[in-house]
Amino acid sequence: MSMFKILDISATGMHAQTVRLNTIASNMANADSVSSNKDETYKSKQPVFQTILEGSMNEPSGGVRVKEIVESQAPSIMEYNPNHPMADEKGYIYKPNVNVVEEMANMMSASRSYETNIEVMNTSKQLLLRTIQLGK
Amino acid sequence: MAESIFGIHEQALKIRTQRAELLANNLANADTPNFKAKDLDFRKALQDASGQLNSNDQMKMAKTNSGHIEGDAFSSTSRYLMYRQSTQPSLDGNTVETHIEKAQFMENAMQQQATLEFINGKISGIRGALRGE
Repeated sequence: MSMFKILDISATGMHAQTVRLNTIASNMANADSVSSNKDETYKSKQPVFQTILEGSMNEPSGGVRVKEIVESQAPSIMEYNPNHPMADEKGYIYKPNVNVVEEMANMMSASRSYETNIEVMNTSKQLLLRTIQLGK
Repeated sequence: MAESIFGIHEQALKIRTQRAELLANNLANADTPNFKAKDLDFRKALQDASGQLNSNDQMKMAKTNSGHIEGDAFSSTSRYLMYRQSTQPSLDGNTVETHIEKAQFMENAMQQQATLEFINGKISGIRGALRGE
Protein backbone atom coordinates (compact mmCIF):
# COMPACT_ATOMS: atom_id res chain seq x y z
CA MET A 1 0.00 0.00 0.00
CA SER A 2 1.33 3.35 -0.91
CA MET A 3 -0.05 6.61 0.39
CA PHE A 4 0.82 8.26 -2.89
CA LYS A 5 -1.37 5.99 -4.98
CA ILE A 6 -4.23 8.47 -4.96
CA LEU A 7 -2.03 10.94 -6.83
CA ASP A 8 -1.33 8.28 -9.48
CA ILE A 9 -5.02 7.46 -9.82
CA SER A 10 -5.98 11.10 -10.26
CA ALA A 11 -3.13 11.58 -12.72
CA THR A 12 -4.48 8.79 -14.92
CA GLY A 13 -7.89 10.45 -14.76
CA MET A 14 -6.41 13.77 -15.80
CA HIS A 15 -4.49 12.15 -18.63
CA ALA A 16 -7.58 10.40 -19.96
CA GLN A 17 -9.53 13.65 -19.89
CA THR A 18 -6.67 15.40 -21.72
CA VAL A 19 -6.85 12.81 -24.49
CA ARG A 20 -10.59 13.39 -24.64
CA LEU A 21 -10.05 17.15 -24.89
CA ASN A 22 -7.50 16.56 -27.64
CA THR A 23 -9.90 14.51 -29.74
CA ILE A 24 -12.61 17.13 -29.18
CA ALA A 25 -10.20 19.84 -30.36
CA SER A 26 -9.39 17.75 -33.42
CA ASN A 27 -13.09 17.22 -34.17
CA MET A 28 -13.90 20.89 -33.75
CA ALA A 29 -10.95 22.02 -35.85
CA ASN A 30 -12.03 19.69 -38.66
CA ALA A 31 -15.73 20.44 -38.43
CA ASP A 32 -15.61 22.40 -41.70
CA SER A 33 -13.04 20.43 -43.69
CA VAL A 34 -15.05 19.37 -46.74
CA SER A 35 -13.99 16.89 -49.38
CA SER A 36 -15.30 15.52 -52.66
CA ASN A 37 -15.11 11.91 -51.55
CA LYS A 38 -17.03 10.02 -48.88
CA ASP A 39 -13.97 8.06 -47.75
CA GLU A 40 -11.63 11.00 -47.50
CA THR A 41 -13.96 12.99 -45.30
CA TYR A 42 -12.86 13.50 -41.71
CA LYS A 43 -14.63 11.21 -39.23
CA SER A 44 -15.48 12.28 -35.70
CA LYS A 45 -13.12 10.60 -33.19
CA GLN A 46 -14.12 9.54 -29.69
CA PRO A 47 -11.92 8.01 -26.98
CA VAL A 48 -13.12 4.88 -25.15
CA PHE A 49 -12.23 4.78 -21.47
CA GLN A 50 -11.38 1.66 -19.50
CA THR A 51 -10.69 1.01 -15.83
CA ILE A 52 -7.18 -0.15 -14.95
CA LEU A 53 -7.43 -3.46 -13.12
CA GLU A 54 -3.91 -4.30 -12.09
CA GLY A 55 -4.38 -5.01 -8.39
CA SER A 56 -4.47 -8.59 -7.28
CA MET A 57 -7.34 -9.95 -5.21
CA ASN A 58 -9.81 -7.23 -6.16
CA GLU A 59 -7.82 -4.64 -4.30
CA PRO A 60 -8.51 -1.02 -5.07
CA SER A 61 -6.39 -0.37 -8.08
CA GLY A 62 -5.60 2.41 -10.18
CA GLY A 63 -7.48 4.76 -12.33
CA VAL A 64 -8.54 4.94 -15.92
CA ARG A 65 -6.90 4.69 -19.31
CA VAL A 66 -7.87 5.33 -22.90
CA LYS A 67 -8.50 1.91 -24.41
CA GLU A 68 -8.81 3.11 -27.98
CA ILE A 69 -9.97 5.99 -30.09
CA VAL A 70 -12.89 5.03 -32.30
CA GLU A 71 -14.20 6.82 -35.35
CA SER A 72 -17.86 7.63 -35.51
CA GLN A 73 -19.83 5.39 -37.86
CA ALA A 74 -22.37 8.08 -38.63
CA PRO A 75 -22.53 8.87 -42.37
CA SER A 76 -20.78 11.98 -43.64
CA ILE A 77 -23.09 14.85 -44.42
CA MET A 78 -23.78 15.18 -48.15
CA GLU A 79 -24.50 18.63 -49.42
CA TYR A 80 -25.55 19.62 -52.91
CA ASN A 81 -23.29 22.48 -53.86
CA PRO A 82 -22.29 22.27 -57.54
CA ASN A 83 -20.47 25.62 -57.44
CA HIS A 84 -18.08 24.46 -54.75
CA PRO A 85 -14.54 23.81 -56.07
CA MET A 86 -14.45 20.50 -54.18
CA ALA A 87 -17.76 19.24 -55.57
CA ASP A 88 -17.77 15.80 -57.26
CA GLU A 89 -19.16 15.16 -60.75
CA LYS A 90 -22.72 15.00 -59.39
CA GLY A 91 -22.30 18.31 -57.63
CA TYR A 92 -22.04 17.04 -54.04
CA ILE A 93 -19.55 17.91 -51.32
CA TYR A 94 -19.05 15.81 -48.19
CA LYS A 95 -18.90 17.33 -44.71
CA PRO A 96 -17.54 15.55 -41.60
CA ASN A 97 -20.01 13.84 -39.26
CA VAL A 98 -18.93 16.14 -36.42
CA ASN A 99 -21.78 17.36 -34.25
CA VAL A 100 -20.47 20.66 -32.88
CA VAL A 101 -23.12 20.93 -30.14
CA GLU A 102 -22.32 17.41 -28.94
CA GLU A 103 -18.61 18.22 -28.94
CA MET A 104 -19.19 21.35 -26.86
CA ALA A 105 -21.16 19.38 -24.27
CA ASN A 106 -18.39 16.76 -24.28
CA MET A 107 -15.77 19.45 -23.77
CA MET A 108 -17.57 20.84 -20.72
CA SER A 109 -17.92 17.37 -19.26
CA ALA A 110 -14.22 16.66 -19.85
CA SER A 111 -13.02 19.89 -18.28
CA ARG A 112 -15.27 19.38 -15.23
CA SER A 113 -13.92 15.86 -14.77
CA TYR A 114 -10.38 17.22 -15.10
CA GLU A 115 -11.16 19.77 -12.38
CA THR A 116 -12.56 17.06 -10.11
CA ASN A 117 -9.34 15.09 -10.42
CA ILE A 118 -7.30 18.18 -9.60
CA GLU A 119 -9.41 18.77 -6.49
CA VAL A 120 -8.89 15.20 -5.36
CA MET A 121 -5.15 15.65 -5.87
CA ASN A 122 -5.11 18.91 -3.90
CA THR A 123 -6.98 17.44 -0.96
CA SER A 124 -4.78 14.34 -0.94
CA LYS A 125 -1.67 16.49 -1.11
CA GLN A 126 -2.72 18.46 1.96
CA LEU A 127 -3.44 15.26 3.86
CA LEU A 128 -0.09 13.76 2.83
CA LEU A 129 1.73 16.91 3.92
CA ARG A 130 0.00 16.74 7.29
CA THR A 131 0.97 13.09 7.59
CA ILE A 132 4.58 13.87 6.78
CA GLN A 133 4.60 16.60 9.38
CA LEU A 134 3.21 14.38 12.13
CA GLY A 135 4.87 15.09 15.45
CA LYS A 136 6.58 18.28 14.37
CA MET B 1 4.59 -0.36 21.24
CA ALA B 2 3.48 2.05 18.55
CA GLU B 3 0.11 0.32 18.37
CA SER B 4 -0.58 0.82 22.05
CA ILE B 5 0.38 4.48 21.82
CA PHE B 6 -1.81 5.37 18.89
CA GLY B 7 -4.54 2.87 19.65
CA ILE B 8 -7.29 2.68 17.08
CA HIS B 9 -6.04 5.70 15.16
CA GLU B 10 -3.30 3.83 13.34
CA GLN B 11 -5.82 1.34 11.93
CA ALA B 12 -8.27 4.15 11.24
CA LEU B 13 -5.65 6.04 9.22
CA LYS B 14 -4.89 2.96 7.13
CA ILE B 15 -8.53 2.33 6.35
CA ARG B 16 -9.16 6.03 5.66
CA THR B 17 -6.28 6.08 3.15
CA GLN B 18 -7.65 3.03 1.36
CA ARG B 19 -11.13 4.52 1.29
CA ALA B 20 -9.74 7.76 -0.16
CA GLU B 21 -8.02 5.66 -2.84
CA LEU B 22 -11.29 3.96 -3.72
CA LEU B 23 -13.21 7.21 -3.92
CA ALA B 24 -10.45 8.79 -6.04
CA ASN B 25 -10.72 5.80 -8.34
CA ASN B 26 -14.48 6.28 -8.59
CA LEU B 27 -14.00 9.92 -9.50
CA ALA B 28 -11.29 9.15 -12.06
CA ASN B 29 -13.66 6.67 -13.70
CA ALA B 30 -16.62 9.04 -13.79
CA ASP B 31 -16.74 8.73 -17.60
CA THR B 32 -15.83 5.06 -18.02
CA PRO B 33 -18.65 2.99 -19.53
CA ASN B 34 -19.90 0.13 -17.32
CA PHE B 35 -17.77 1.18 -14.37
CA LYS B 36 -19.40 0.37 -11.03
CA ALA B 37 -18.66 2.71 -8.14
CA LYS B 38 -17.27 1.03 -5.05
CA ASP B 39 -16.97 1.97 -1.42
CA LEU B 40 -15.97 0.15 1.72
CA ASP B 41 -17.83 -0.43 4.94
CA PHE B 42 -15.67 1.69 7.23
CA ARG B 43 -17.47 0.77 10.43
CA LYS B 44 -17.08 -2.96 9.84
CA ALA B 45 -13.48 -2.64 8.70
CA LEU B 46 -12.50 -0.62 11.75
CA GLN B 47 -14.46 -2.87 14.08
CA ASP B 48 -12.62 -5.92 12.79
CA ALA B 49 -9.30 -4.09 12.82
CA SER B 50 -9.80 -3.05 16.45
CA GLY B 51 -10.81 -6.61 17.32
CA GLN B 52 -7.55 -7.79 15.85
CA LEU B 53 -5.77 -5.12 17.80
CA ASN B 54 -7.08 -6.44 21.09
CA SER B 55 -6.42 -10.12 20.51
CA ASN B 56 -2.91 -9.78 19.19
CA ASP B 57 -2.49 -13.28 17.78
CA GLN B 58 -5.09 -12.78 15.04
CA MET B 59 -2.85 -10.37 13.21
CA LYS B 60 0.09 -12.77 13.18
CA MET B 61 0.94 -14.70 10.05
CA ALA B 62 0.50 -18.44 10.15
CA LYS B 63 3.79 -20.29 10.67
CA THR B 64 4.06 -23.78 9.25
CA ASN B 65 7.79 -24.12 9.87
CA SER B 66 9.91 -23.13 12.84
CA GLY B 67 12.28 -21.36 10.46
CA HIS B 68 9.63 -18.90 9.34
CA ILE B 69 10.07 -15.31 10.35
CA GLU B 70 7.46 -13.75 12.59
CA GLY B 71 5.27 -11.30 10.68
CA ASP B 72 2.11 -9.27 10.90
CA ALA B 73 -0.48 -9.84 8.22
CA PHE B 74 -1.45 -6.59 6.62
CA SER B 75 -5.12 -5.96 7.13
CA SER B 76 -6.56 -5.68 3.65
CA THR B 77 -9.87 -3.92 3.24
CA SER B 78 -10.87 -5.83 0.11
CA ARG B 79 -13.31 -7.89 2.19
CA TYR B 80 -15.34 -4.82 3.00
CA LEU B 81 -15.73 -3.64 -0.59
CA MET B 82 -19.26 -3.01 -1.72
CA TYR B 83 -20.85 -1.58 -4.81
CA ARG B 84 -22.58 1.71 -4.50
CA GLN B 85 -26.31 1.71 -5.15
CA SER B 86 -26.88 4.44 -7.70
CA THR B 87 -29.88 6.73 -7.34
CA GLN B 88 -30.27 7.32 -11.05
CA PRO B 89 -29.49 4.78 -13.75
CA SER B 90 -27.31 5.92 -16.64
CA LEU B 91 -27.32 4.71 -20.22
CA ASP B 92 -23.68 3.57 -20.30
CA GLY B 93 -23.95 1.43 -17.15
CA ASN B 94 -21.70 3.73 -15.13
CA THR B 95 -22.85 4.10 -11.53
CA VAL B 96 -20.54 6.95 -10.48
CA GLU B 97 -22.48 9.97 -9.28
CA THR B 98 -19.85 12.65 -9.08
CA HIS B 99 -21.58 14.82 -6.49
CA ILE B 100 -22.04 11.93 -4.09
CA GLU B 101 -18.48 10.70 -4.57
CA LYS B 102 -17.15 14.21 -4.05
CA ALA B 103 -19.12 14.61 -0.85
CA GLN B 104 -17.90 11.23 0.40
CA PHE B 105 -14.32 12.09 -0.50
CA MET B 106 -14.52 15.39 1.37
CA GLU B 107 -16.05 13.70 4.39
CA ASN B 108 -13.35 11.06 4.36
CA ALA B 109 -10.64 13.73 4.03
CA MET B 110 -12.02 15.62 7.02
CA GLN B 111 -12.15 12.49 9.12
CA GLN B 112 -8.64 11.60 8.05
CA GLN B 113 -7.51 15.03 9.15
CA ALA B 114 -9.20 14.48 12.50
CA THR B 115 -7.37 11.17 12.86
CA LEU B 116 -4.07 12.88 12.05
CA GLU B 117 -4.91 15.51 14.64
CA PHE B 118 -5.47 12.82 17.26
CA ILE B 119 -2.14 11.16 16.43
CA ASN B 120 -0.41 14.51 16.56
CA GLY B 121 -1.92 15.15 19.99
CA LYS B 122 -0.66 11.79 21.21
CA ILE B 123 2.83 12.52 19.90
CA SER B 124 3.03 15.93 21.50
CA GLY B 125 1.71 14.46 24.74
CA ILE B 126 4.43 11.83 24.77
CA ARG B 127 7.04 14.39 23.82
CA GLY B 128 5.92 16.56 26.69
CA ALA B 129 6.16 13.62 29.07
CA LEU B 130 9.68 12.77 27.83
CA ARG B 131 10.87 16.30 28.31
CA GLY B 132 9.27 16.51 31.71
CA GLU B 133 7.26 19.55 30.78
